[in-house]
Amino acid sequence: MSLLELENVTLKFGGLTAVDNLSFSVEEGEVFAIVGPNGAGKSTVFNLISRFYTPVNGSIRFDGHDLLAEKASSVASYGVARTFQNIELFEHATVLENLLVGRHRHRGSNFLTELFFTPSVRKQELQSRHFVEEIIDFLDLQAYREKRIAGLPYGVRKVVEVARALATDPKLLLLDEPASGLSVEETTDMRWWIDDIRRQMGITVLMVEHDMGLVSGVSDRVLAMADGARLALGTPSEVQSDPAVIEAYLGKAS
Amino acid sequence: MRIVFKTDYMQDLRPWKDGYQLSLYLILIAVAIAAPFVVDAFFLGELTNVLIWALAGLGLMVLTGHTGQASLGHAAFLAMGCYANIILIEAGVPFVLAFPLAGIITGVVGMLIAIPALRLHGIYLAIATMAMSILVDDIIVLTEPWTGGVGGKYAPSINVFGLMIDRWGTPVEFYFLTLGVTILVTLGYINLLRAPLGRSFIAVRDSEVSAQAMGVDVARTKAISFGVSCAITGLAGALMGLFAGAFNNETFSVVISIQLLMMIVIGGLGSIHGAFLGAIVVGFLPQFLSIAKEWVGAVIGGSNVAIPGLEFGIFGLILIVFILFEPMGIYGRWLKIRTWFELFPFYRKDMFKRQKSYLKTERLR
Ligand SMILES: Nc1ncnc2c1ncn2[C@@H]1O[C@H](COP(=O)(O)OP(=O)(O)O)[C@@H](O)[C@H]1O
Ligand SMILES: [Mg+2]
Repeated sequence: MSLLELENVTLKFGGLTAVDNLSFSVEEGEVFAIVGPNGAGKSTVFNLISRFYTPVNGSIRFDGHDLLAEKASSVASYGVARTFQNIELFEHATVLENLLVGRHRHRGSNFLTELFFTPSVRKQELQSRHFVEEIIDFLDLQAYREKRIAGLPYGVRKVVEVARALATDPKLLLLDEPASGLSVEETTDMRWWIDDIRRQMGITVLMVEHDMGLVSGVSDRVLAMADGARLALGTPSEVQSDPAVIEAYLGKAS
Repeated sequence: MRIVFKTDYMQDLRPWKDGYQLSLYLILIAVAIAAPFVVDAFFLGELTNVLIWALAGLGLMVLTGHTGQASLGHAAFLAMGCYANIILIEAGVPFVLAFPLAGIITGVVGMLIAIPALRLHGIYLAIATMAMSILVDDIIVLTEPWTGGVGGKYAPSINVFGLMIDRWGTPVEFYFLTLGVTILVTLGYINLLRAPLGRSFIAVRDSEVSAQAMGVDVARTKAISFGVSCAITGLAGALMGLFAGAFNNETFSVVISIQLLMMIVIGGLGSIHGAFLGAIVVGFLPQFLSIAKEWVGAVIGGSNVAIPGLEFGIFGLILIVFILFEPMGIYGRWLKIRTWFELFPFYRKDMFKRQKSYLKTERLR
């Protein structure tokens, strides 16, 4: 059984079919990339998995659970974490606080124990902190730990988003254009991090990315989309040489 | 510049940064405890008033400052706390029970109101809560058998473990009661902020979509925030009623709601300090104005002219100045001044500048 399975998923925004009868599945332990021109519906696929939108038909299953039966805030509790194409951090909180929000799904305390900050809450907070510190070390964020997001450079924010997603301790990590807007060096870092996330942490990665160097460098399989539908699916080199993909990117050769 | 060295994660879990900051807070509490023995009865009354406003400010701060939901209706919850407290006392419930109950009742009612109201966003939520504040006036009149309607009610003196406390008869005791409640509420507030619930408030305030993606149930978090906010406001209302001595349907008007919101904006949204700083401005502004008026009267030679609504007008003016020049409020301004001194001479003008952010509508794409 695959970790994530989308079957015949369709979503319409008014007259526009953003995702058109799309099926694919992501296996445990792989890095799976989605490519396609702007407006192809890639981010919409992520938003469907996150349950921000409900498809008109089709099914989305994760780890044996029917995600369509869940609300958006429950998706994280099954072990799905994500980043956003246009960074969605908690602007007026520090990097550390942002990452600690990622621990929310492991919360064992309740209103009353937190109100009195009982020893069990204290213990939980220390554990959260230990977990988050490992991620800070992993992604080299030590220098920014106490900084507010509002003053951070773009490249750092992108990394903080990945860190916050990792703080949830996910099984599946959705990365929406992790390298867009990054410099060449930052993109190289991101590449090694994605590799390490898969190999060291054993987290399955589903990512949307335009940088084909990054895509063919880290991913096992690639799905090419256009107009909400599947164009091709296969290894990076298979997809890159697929005539339909070349046509979608370059236009029909006359 | 003072650098805090950290060697232990516990340091970040404590509410204070280091021994220096802790001693500042302890000195502040010591001053507050010594105050009744130094100042006269009039000034002590003013201090009590400031503390009650600070408590109400803390209540609204939970909702608006930390969860990002504007409310122009919090006077309704002041009223609810005030009436609940007095009605329970009149029914024979001892104050030490009636007071926390008044908070809990207000909190629960607030949470129930929140469930439909919180589907509204921004300005629409503000308008809906404001409408509620206006409605409460009528509700108090309509429920006259319990509330005394237009005729109002008088606050009895209260019995705290055998000690009779009355705002006029025993102002020092009343001050300590208010101080104690304010300190306890502040400590609870600090605890929530350093725990998952407080962080989920901030998450909802700054980005609902990513709060959701992190597993925060946005609707539930908002309802809890509304409940906590109303409970604290209810406690403040109960004290406000006892402090005023007499109150009726007009005591907790929508003007109080607006003043409360202005107060925390001026003090600084999103910080506990802001509630206290705002309360100091609200509490002492009337005194300051009457002194200023006498002074102006003496200079221009005329007798004291009474200008209706002057206080509220000046207050609005201060608010506009803050929104234009210091959106982070008095507390934000203080942080900047402190940073300036700490970094002297290396402070840069754009240090606190906000970064361009995306339009909300573009965000999900
Ligand atoms: N919330 C929305 N309302 C209406 N149309 C949308 C919405 N989100 C996306 N779309 C449209 O759906 C299509 C796919 O968008 P998207 O998934 O963001 O593409 P991309 O592949 O570039 O990430 C686009 O035509 C976009 O304009
Ligand atoms: Mg996109």
